[in-house]
Amino acid sequence: MKNPIIEVHNLTVSYNKRPVLWDVDYELPPGQLIGVLGPNGSGKTTMLKTIMGLIRPDSGFVEVMGKKLDEVRDKVSYVPQRESVDWDFPANVMDVVLMGRYNPKHMFRRLSKEDRELAVAALEKVNMLPFAERQISQLSGGQQQRVFIARALARQADLYLMDEPFAGVDAASEESILELLTGMKAEGKSIMVVHHDLQTARNFFDWIILLNTSLVASGPVNEVFTEQNLQAAYGGKLTVLSQIADLVASKAFPLREKGLQDREKL
Amino acid sequence: MNSLLEFLSLADPNVRFVVLGSVLLGMSSAVVGCFTFLRKRALLGDAIAHSILPGICLAFMVSGSKNPWILLAGAAVSGWLSVAAIDIITRKSKLKPDTAVGLVLSVFFGVGILLLTHIQHQGNASQAGLDKFLFGKAASMTSEDVLVFGGVGMLLLLVVIAFYKEFKLISFNPEFAKVIGLPVAFLEFLLATVTVLAVAVGIQAVGVVLMAALIISPAAAARFWTEKLAVMIVIAAIFGALSGVFGSFISFSAPSMPTGPWIVVALTVFVMISLLFAPQKGFVARWLRDGNNHEKILTENILKALYQIGEKARDFAGSRELAEIRERREFGPGELKRGLRILARRKLVVEAATGWRLTSLGLTESRRVVRLHRLWEMYLKEKIRLKEDHVHAGAEAIEHIITPEIERLLEEKLGFPERDPHNSEIPR
Repeated sequence: MKNPIIEVHNLTVSYNKRPVLWDVDYELPPGQLIGVLGPNGSGKTTMLKTIMGLIRPDSGFVEVMGKKLDEVRDKVSYVPQRESVDWDFPANVMDVVLMGRYNPKHMFRRLSKEDRELAVAALEKVNMLPFAERQISQLSGGQQQRVFIARALARQADLYLMDEPFAGVDAASEESILELLTGMKAEGKSIMVVHHDLQTARNFFDWIILLNTSLVASGPVNEVFTEQNLQAAYGGKLTVLSQIADLVASKAFPLREKGLQDREKL
Repeated sequence: MNSLLEFLSLADPNVRFVVLGSVLLGMSSAVVGCFTFLRKRALLGDAIAHSILPGICLAFMVSGSKNPWILLAGAAVSGWLSVAAIDIITRKSKLKPDTAVGLVLSVFFGVGILLLTHIQHQGNASQAGLDKFLFGKAASMTSEDVLVFGGVGMLLLLVVIAFYKEFKLISFNPEFAKVIGLPVAFLEFLLATVTVLAVAVGIQAVGVVLMAALIISPAAAARFWTEKLAVMIVIAAIFGALSGVFGSFISFSAPSMPTGPWIVVALTVFVMISLLFAPQKGFVARWLRDGNNHEKILTENILKALYQIGEKARDFAGSRELAEIRERREFGPGELKRGLRILARRKLVVEAATGWRLTSLGLTESRRVVRLHRLWEMYLKEKIRLKEDHVHAGAEAIEHIITPEIERLLEEKLGFPERDPHNSEIPR
């Protein structure tokens, strides 16, 4: 593939010693709405976190826009799972969206007028501007989700990774989020979305990554949604692989022999 | 009264030192405590406080002096080691954070007591006063102490102001901070260091044993009053500072009284006041709200009963005896009379010779309640598809909270129905 937006190369990642992603390898085209699907515990969130540098892989590597993440961090934005924070935190909607404008280069500096304008624009895009002064503890699930998306938008990135933006969201919020994502795609942004609903996925996305610890399929939506692929991802477990994973976890066994990892990168 | 004036005039330089010192220590601990509180690590302050004792003892044993700089350095080192130990145990073992905190706290404190006992048995003349670290020594702070500890307290406040934005983000959502490239490890190290230093200086005032209160209480109390982080920090700082003033005043007017424990008593009073009287979140506000709700339900139920009696008798103007109302609907002992009195005060009912009757104002109001009840019953039947014999109970509660806007919406959605599921008329 030419100029992939993300390249995941032979990625193996463990959580509590148990491998949850195993030799996952794919490249993604830019400017698409990409859905990451798979059953519970299939490693979707882990994969997103590994791409964002939040989890260190046991082996393999990730390249974003052909570079290491650190070199293109300003062009990448991330929407974590809504449940990953305590919404009882003393802050209002604007405070949270402005966090998207924080910048490691301006740690002491106060936020500028431009930062505020970008935050307002982001809130407008998710139809949350009337709630700017609302306490975040008083928001509904769908509104919280839209605040997180607005925070990511405020970063003005080219690539967006979103973890379950449609989870626990009412129909109206789902509609407005989807509309937003489609609009972003039209502006040439690339969006990668962890999703849990097979029914809607077919209509939402251009490209699908089907995951079940190992990569089942990655490709245009019509090619990936075959009976055979879905059976491999959702029908029963990959018994040998999960048995091996249990074994690795119980013996705290290293997943690669020492020294091999570096050679592999070459 | 005289002693209060004398205290407030700050004429006595000793008083000046003690007050200034206590205020600065109280403020810096409170401000730093807001972040430990919000990161749900309230007990970290307690662990650090206890873990600082061995550091102070070792610093004294090595240097043989009670120079505040040296003791502070010892305190900071062992306090910092305890934070690192808790962090490593939590990350690398299966033990949960609370166990790690408990373990580190008791081990470090045990060693500290051991060293302290050893020092005291040596008969070294200059050791006198080292045991004051257990319960604080605010009242006997020297000018040098105040300079050092107050200075460090000021420094901590400046660090928090400088890194306010970043500390806020790593307290709310550290993963996002990492993703946008903030040096989270450094910021966490900085916050831990600030906490250790706040505890190390705070101990001067209240001692190891009570230090947790200086970290946790102001933040916990302040959280009741606001939903804004900056405001919460300011309120916590004010609580911390006032407690410092209060504690030093007590020990000024009654020299046998210890300052530290009185600072903590003052903090506790702030927590109690917040718990009880804070708007919306306080017990009293909640109690009043419950009372209001209860009163609304009671009076509206009486109005409804009066309406239903009138509806049956085709006469809304007649007066009804208590027994007649009770026949229509059960009320708790005394409740009916209490409710009627409230309604009478609001001119919705009047007491007549043979009982109570609705005023014209009361009739309108009772019609509204019955209308809402029957509209909601219709909604449950038509839109939620409940069976007719199930809709009443649901409507009993909801009728009291439906706003005029929702009422209009209901009527539109239901096509302005005339009769409820039990075929009673929906009054207009």
